[in-house]
Amino acid sequence: MTDPDYRAIFVAALTGVAPDIDPGDVGDDDHIQDDLELDSMDVLNLVAALHETLGVDIPERDYPQIATAGLAAAYLARAHRAAG
Amino acid sequence: MPSLGADMEAGTLVEWLVKPGDSVHRGDVVAVVETQKGAIEIEIFEDGTVQDLLADLGHSLPVGAPLATILAAGEAPPERSGERPAAPPDPAPAEAVPPAPPPEPTPVETPAKSPAPPQASAAPPPADGKRISPAARRRAAELGVDVGAIKGSGPGGAILLADVAHAAPGQRPAEGGPMAQMRKAIAAAMTRSKATIPHFYLSETINVDPAIRFLDDRNAGVPPAGRVLLGAVLVRAATLAAQRVPAMNGHYVEGSGFVPSDTVNTGVAIALRGGGLVAPALIDAGAMDLDATMAGMRDLVTRARAGRLRGSEMTAGTITVSSLGDTGAEAMTGVIFPPQVALVGLGAPHLRPWVVDGRIAPRHVVTLTLSADHRVSDGRQAARYIAAFEELVQTPEEL
Repeated sequence: MTDPDYRAIFVAALTGVAPDIDPGDVGDDDHIQDDLELDSMDVLNLVAALHETLGVDIPERDYPQIATAGLAAAYLARAHRAAG
Repeated sequence: MPSLGADMEAGTLVEWLVKPGDSVHRGDVVAVVETQKGAIEIEIFEDGTVQDLLADLGHSLPVGAPLATILAAGEAPPERSGERPAAPPDPAPAEAVPPAPPPEPTPVETPAKSPAPPQASAAPPPADGKRISPAARRRAAELGVDVGAIKGSGPGGAILLADVAHAAPGQRPAEGGPMAQMRKAIAAAMTRSKATIPHFYLSETINVDPAIRFLDDRNAGVPPAGRVLLGAVLVRAATLAAQRVPAMNGHYVEGSGFVPSDTVNTGVAIALRGGGLVAPALIDAGAMDLDATMAGMRDLVTRARAGRLRGSEMTAGTITVSSLGDTGAEAMTGVIFPPQVALVGLGAPHLRPWVVDGRIAPRHVVTLTLSADHRVSDGRQAARYIAAFEELVQTPEEL
């Protein structure tokens, strides 16, 4: 089985909590807070959505590792595999 | 047309959620109105039966204009000669505002969609998933504008009437787009605030390490949906402090002066992407515990992004908390949101040297700046409020 497209899953969760963001506008290096203007409540909703979709429970200390779509795709791939 | 905030002069009815003959109960969402601050769900102020819908979709109506006639049980229909409603919504503050349903993690179900009035096209969302009000859809059809090609500027990417007008060739309105409308609304409210409210300010820098440690322990091993943020602790402390110092909690009404509120409806300022902000209230936040405060804040933020805030949440606030969040400047001196009489400005947490038992130690601190209305309170009450807030934040487990 091929790996899921973690970047697409991340962007879908992102635009779910911030519906005014166009998925096509999200660059790999865009910072979710500094560039995409998510606040801390949005970040929590994003993490909750990823938990629901992938079963990956992202602790607060790991939030910097999902700060961009590029970072998040790599992190989610590792965490998802680790979670089995 | 109810007033949905300071200095709102008019709104545009974009959707009816009831039809003549429907039973309605106080607090039910019956319509959606587009304002300068986006789409707002309108609740009914009375129990009764919808006799007549007086307002057409897509028309801008001044505050106070009749939207519908509601008959109380046993009440006879009025003569149709006049266009005045039996009970126009009262735009007055706090005491006239109906209680909203308690906040929940998911938006409350709105009443079942009624069949569309003949002149409207309340079609379901199109296959492309675009959110658009029935009034905007109808205007797009009238103007021959392709809805699929419009990028909505409303909350949640919703297509607003103004977006349709912008997209139509030769139809560009003089007032500018929705964001310009939002700035006009903010400008009007803030100018009125600064012109009429004699602000004064007290500040205190507060050690929040006890709250951070408490949350580290509480959130450890808890799935994301159950976690509590520092912002919720600070809003909870602001709410309880307002209970202790009633001079900070209520409305100032021209002619009658300060009207303290029995309940604390804590407004939470939410920045919108692309500019602008809204400050919906947690209704009866005083009755919530910390977890309920957190759930209520999440719900407000989610619905603010999706453009599903309710009219009562826009008007019932009795004190507002405006926080800079996790990062950014260390202090903010805010402008009071009329007709309220106090605003709690919170800077982002910063690590600073702190004196603990005569020694210097690093601590995370937050600077609170209380903006207060000098017509209502003096420095002594403001200082009491800040002292109460600081004491509450030191014992987060008791919030």
